[in-house]
Amino acid sequence: MTQIETRIDGILLDEAVTVDLAELTRLCGSSGRTVRLMVTEGLLRPSGTLPEEWRFDGIEIRRARRAVRLQRDLELNLPGTALALDLLEELECLRERLRILEHQLGPRRSREPS
Amino acid sequence: MEYKDYYKTLGVARDASQDEIKRAYRRLARKYHPDVSKETDAEARFKEINEANEVLRDPEKRAAYDALGSNWRAGQDFRPPPGGGADHQEFHFSPEEAAEFSDFFSSLFGREFHPGARDQQRRRGHDQTVRIGIDLEDAYHGGTRQIRLDLPEHGPDGRIGSRLRTLNVRIPPGVTHGRQIRLAGQGAPGVNGGKPGDLYLEVDMNPHRLFSADGKDILLRLPIAPWEAALGATVSVPTLGGTVNLKIPPGSQNGQRLRLKGRGMPGDPPGDELVIIEIVTPPATTETAKAAYREMAERLKFNPRAEMGV
Repeated sequence: MTQIETRIDGILLDEAVTVDLAELTRLCGSSGRTVRLMVTEGLLRPSGTLPEEWRFDGIEIRRARRAVRLQRDLELNLPGTALALDLLEELECLRERLRILEHQLGPRRSREPS
Repeated sequence: MEYKDYYKTLGVARDASQDEIKRAYRRLARKYHPDVSKETDAEARFKEINEANEVLRDPEKRAAYDALGSNWRAGQDFRPPPGGGADHQEFHFSPEEAAEFSDFFSSLFGREFHPGARDQQRRRGHDQTVRIGIDLEDAYHGGTRQIRLDLPEHGPDGRIGSRLRTLNVRIPPGVTHGRQIRLAGQGAPGVNGGKPGDLYLEVDMNPHRLFSADGKDILLRLPIAPWEAALGATVSVPTLGGTVNLKIPPGSQNGQRLRLKGRGMPGDPPGDELVIIEIVTPPATTETAKAAYREMAERLKFNPRAEMGV
């Protein structure tokens, strides 16, 4: 059964989007306690000092959701989750640099000297 | 429906111990976790691995599955034995769990839920994450993209099936690689009147013939002639917003970068286009060209390897 739906507007989760602690908790299906622990661990870096002032941008939302899934599915503890996330992000960053550098090198032309 | 070879999915023998099954599952779960793996089918593989584990880790379910016999092959057309494969047992799943599993799984273990106090609760549907490939042009201009998704849905009888949905999604201009777009309420349906989950689209930028994106900056390798590099020139340069003129300064060298401010991805501030100079030598295939090169060689006295001491 196929049904074409009318135009749906999404929200781009970038640096311009920010949510508070309650909203983040809802978005990643987690508890306020878990999110607070993640902030203490340095896994999430909200702006603002007190929990009631915290704002998480779109990048942090993605990080939080990922952390919750990794913790749940792979039974990781918090430091393990933080380490996995850092390494994954570094890996993604390096892959991205590699992709860009390969593009800059252009098509490989190699010839034997005659 | 297709028979599923759960042992093959986990890569273990039919007589594997519970410990071996657990080890195989943990290893595969790490490898194919959609947040870790870059395989395109990671999400589907992860589901299959979880379904296989759900059956094989539980001795009762494993026994019911084994009772089907060992002559089945993965993908073979499977018809459940009359009365269901496990009609004498009761298996409990949350509706969310059942939605994750295949028809084959349901035919063996049922899709009916046994409402306990907990099962009457309203529950929000699962969030779903889907990767979508976007062309740089669409990311630059924004626009509407049709996206086909197979999403779980509650049928009128309360069973969970799947439905092919086509969504027309607005792509916000300036979206970059790896960013997510959140579509509130477009994920899996809720349970007992709970709200539906959200749908997250993760943007994968498709490779482009000319440009590559570095965040909001756009990179372009621009071929220029040796005399344009040496003498300077004004040349036409493609950007995502159309052709612009670029002044090449005299004495430009290969690999140098020129910045076209604000000509990258839109945003506040917008990105730049970085033009990387690539000097291309004209072929010396005619007598005229050869003569010109010989004249340069004689008159310029240029050794590009002077710094190497050779």
